[in-house]
Amino acid sequence: MLDRRDFIKAQAVAAAAAAGGLSLPAAAQTSMVAGEDAQLIWSKAPCRFCGTGCSVMVATKDNRVVATHGDMQAEVNRGLNCVKGYFLSKIMYGQDRLTQPLLRMRDGKYHKDGEFRPVTWDEAFDEMASQWKRVLKEKGPEAVGMFGSGQWTIWEGYAASKLMRAGFRTNNLDPNARHCMASAAVAFIRTFGMDEPMGCYDDFEHADAFVLWGSNMAEMHPILWTRITDRRLAHHHVKVAVLSTFEHRSFELADIPMIFEPGTDLAILNYIANHIIQTGRVNKAFVEKHCNFRLGQKDIGYGLRPESVLEVRAANAKDPTDSKPMSFDEFAQFVSEYTLDKTAELSKVPKERLLALAEMYADPKTKVMSLWTMGFNQHVRGVWVNHMVYNLHLLTGKISEPGNSPFSLTGQPSACGTAREVGTFAHRLPADMQVTNPVHRSHVEEGWKIPKGLLPGKIGYHAVLMDRMLKDGKLNAYWIMVNNNLQAAPNTDNETYPGYRNPNNFIVVSDAYPTVTAAAADLILPAAMWVEKEGAYGNAERRTHFWHQLVTAPGEARSDLWQIMEFSKRFTTDEVWPKEILDANPDFRGKNLFDVLFRNGNVDRFPLADLDPAYDNRESKAFGFYVQKGLFEEYAAFGRGHGHDLAPFDTYHEVRGLRWPVVEGKETKWRYREGLDPYVPKGEEVRFYGNPDGKANLFAFPYEPPAESPDKDFDLWLVTGRVLEHWHSGSMTMRVPELYKSMPMALVYMHPDDAQARGLRRGSEVRVMSRRGEMRTRVETRGRNRPPRGVVFVPWFDSARLINKCTLDATDPISKQTDFKKCAVKIVSV
Amino acid sequence: MRRHLLLALAAALPCLVPALLAAQGTGAVKEPFRPPIQFTDEDPAPPIPADVTDDRRVARNYPEQPPVIPHNIRDYQIGLNNNQCLTCHSRQFTGATQAPMISITHYVDRDGQTLGAVAPRRYFCTQCHVPQTVAQPIVPNTFKDMDSLISRPSDGGDRR
Repeated sequence: MLDRRDFIKAQAVAAAAAAGGLSLPAAAQTSMVAGEDAQLIWSKAPCRFCGTGCSVMVATKDNRVVATHGDMQAEVNRGLNCVKGYFLSKIMYGQDRLTQPLLRMRDGKYHKDGEFRPVTWDEAFDEMASQWKRVLKEKGPEAVGMFGSGQWTIWEGYAASKLMRAGFRTNNLDPNARHCMASAAVAFIRTFGMDEPMGCYDDFEHADAFVLWGSNMAEMHPILWTRITDRRLAHHHVKVAVLSTFEHRSFELADIPMIFEPGTDLAILNYIANHIIQTGRVNKAFVEKHCNFRLGQKDIGYGLRPESVLEVRAANAKDPTDSKPMSFDEFAQFVSEYTLDKTAELSKVPKERLLALAEMYADPKTKVMSLWTMGFNQHVRGVWVNHMVYNLHLLTGKISEPGNSPFSLTGQPSACGTAREVGTFAHRLPADMQVTNPVHRSHVEEGWKIPKGLLPGKIGYHAVLMDRMLKDGKLNAYWIMVNNNLQAAPNTDNETYPGYRNPNNFIVVSDAYPTVTAAAADLILPAAMWVEKEGAYGNAERRTHFWHQLVTAPGEARSDLWQIMEFSKRFTTDEVWPKEILDANPDFRGKNLFDVLFRNGNVDRFPLADLDPAYDNRESKAFGFYVQKGLFEEYAAFGRGHGHDLAPFDTYHEVRGLRWPVVEGKETKWRYREGLDPYVPKGEEVRFYGNPDGKANLFAFPYEPPAESPDKDFDLWLVTGRVLEHWHSGSMTMRVPELYKSMPMALVYMHPDDAQARGLRRGSEVRVMSRRGEMRTRVETRGRNRPPRGVVFVPWFDSARLINKCTLDATDPISKQTDFKKCAVKIVSV
Repeated sequence: MRRHLLLALAAALPCLVPALLAAQGTGAVKEPFRPPIQFTDEDPAPPIPADVTDDRRVARNYPEQPPVIPHNIRDYQIGLNNNQCLTCHSRQFTGATQAPMISITHYVDRDGQTLGAVAPRRYFCTQCHVPQTVAQPIVPNTFKDMDSLISRPSDGGDRR
């Protein structure tokens, strides 16, 4: 409502306008539409951005989204959103939405060096299919690949997995989530035999202490940060410890702030384990009953190209995953060298703070929640640090109960739901199954109703290896969906861009907006996004959350699901499956791949009559059956009864998500503990049932240095990351005026003394240079991020300033996830 | 001089983009991409844009949109012991400062109970309220608010 003062003001403006000869639009003078007169349709949807998985209410009118706000009924966010979530209404309306397929052409046909021209979907798929067939014929399944995303909906990732593994018979399928939480996923499996956290967000309201390991939740997971803030400010005994390599907004709430030397988190974690043991605070009963100890392989290299000197020099670069059993006493002996003195010296964190941190874990009366994201996962020892934090929770038995919770956060909205649960990694199948396990493959072949022995058992190329193989000409037909890898990947100038423009390769990019990756492609396919399709995401606390299609995508833009399924129609089994398989299974001869994969009696099981008449569903109407429901139910069958139980499809359209396993209609908040998890048998108290012996594994690992450290030529640490206002690569948020204006460019954040020592000050234009590449930006010395001397921070959201030209493609040798947090650069004035 | 030239260039970009987009419907699509177009392009970095400090309220796009901050907040202290935003915007100070009072929703806790002071979960203002710079968006946004769909043409969602 207008108040009196505003009303008078409006009248004055109108009078002034009239006097000046201007006429205001009629609506500005009248039209106060109230309540129901606005005739908005409100529907629920998860937010499009991070792994928190907030629910939003979306208002539509005339086939457009006109408003969004936090969903009061959602447990995750209870009516709140962060600034990105509040501006979701605008993300689909950047004026440069891609609305038709674009193909590089010269003289009327495809040419690698041609100019982009609009083509029809038929022409686009014709060219794409002929390129795929050429490559498959010349080189076989290992030369085709797909790079997907933790932003794929559950059924999009599932359909892609079917097309790549069963259709083209390759495991060259990886999600950009490899860059994001592969280290967390691998450590979960190695420790508990099952992926994803045992606890949930309810832990925020139960914990007495929160420890942020390299995470900046205040900017990256703001709504979860509101829950920590709520707990900390309303309960005076609650303490917050924040560890990082530079000071950021999360330090505003820190009781124990700690800036550590990059990479020394390994030592700090071992020190805490040592402190727990030395002070006699090991929960012996828990450890004896529920834990194994293992000595891990050391000196495992840095995941660089094998000929790199660092790999050649590493003793165990070839078998980094090895480990052998050890006793508790041997474990205690192993960590005993990480004394307070040694750790303080190595990490440069004051002793009293390290001790206070260690006491949070050691004190049996303190319920502690550990939180981490990229600081741990994007780490050349990312799997190790994940293991090391589980060590602390297992030694003290502080796990799988309200408030005691090692909690791995995720960056993308469906990193858990699609990348991990569906299994779109190069080594994974649905429900934690592995491609290398013949029993798992056979189980999937049965579920998919495809011939025995069809699925390939060789692990495919992971994200960084895909780029190397494209460059080396071994991977030649490549489909990139819902990600912007030319902006996101490491060392792009040397390892990513050359592969895209390699004349032997055909690169397809499906996206909603013209990103730098799209600009480097050969074929661009326009994608429907977010509420332009029916979707499902899985958040970081195992919550599966659905939404309906609420508006129509612009022009010819189509969802990734439609694209994957429609493309499959271009192939027959005779073209893509080996003769032996077809000879042994003559019924499959000459079959269309679409029929084999998607008209298999499972996926096409639900008729259009099952659709909710209140909502449109383009994919289902295009294919003639309820596509999403069929795919979901086929997929869910793999997890039901095996600890991954999902509820029936229709249930999810009614609720604000449910946390799996959903058993007899009830979600599970805490896993592995009797009374909280239906899978734990009576009388066992705790059972880590992912492992056959029901026990969790603790691993002993040493401190080892990063792949590259500053020296006299490149004298600063470069840490990359994100900012509050922009998510993913900024392709959506940079098109929202308010978010753009708030944070329009990626600056280099540095210590004022480091700037002064180089003759620079705030606003100076500089080159950030590494041994691999450089980018130009401006210096910020008093922004929200305040690095110590010797460290600079640059966010990667800005397509005009590509910091990943500088980063190093060193990965964790076990998880194959890149370390985007540690390489050496120098800063020079332009 | 150089600075002015850059600003002029930046100002011209929003006009260029629709023209390039229009080409999508016709023959060759020269460049559907916003500058810098190619991965290999290396543009000079424009100056850090100034903050908007005109103290003028900006209309919201829809009721629950957090208002943007129309003044400078550089070096504001928001921490365990102090919240500088609240020294003007909390209920008890708005009489003296004439600043808008924080929304009544900010007194409601996670369970829906209204408290006497700002709810702890609403404590960090900048998670939702962001200042604006004078930078002009490179790509226009065609969002239309609900009122414009009822009667009036859109201003593209960019209200400045």
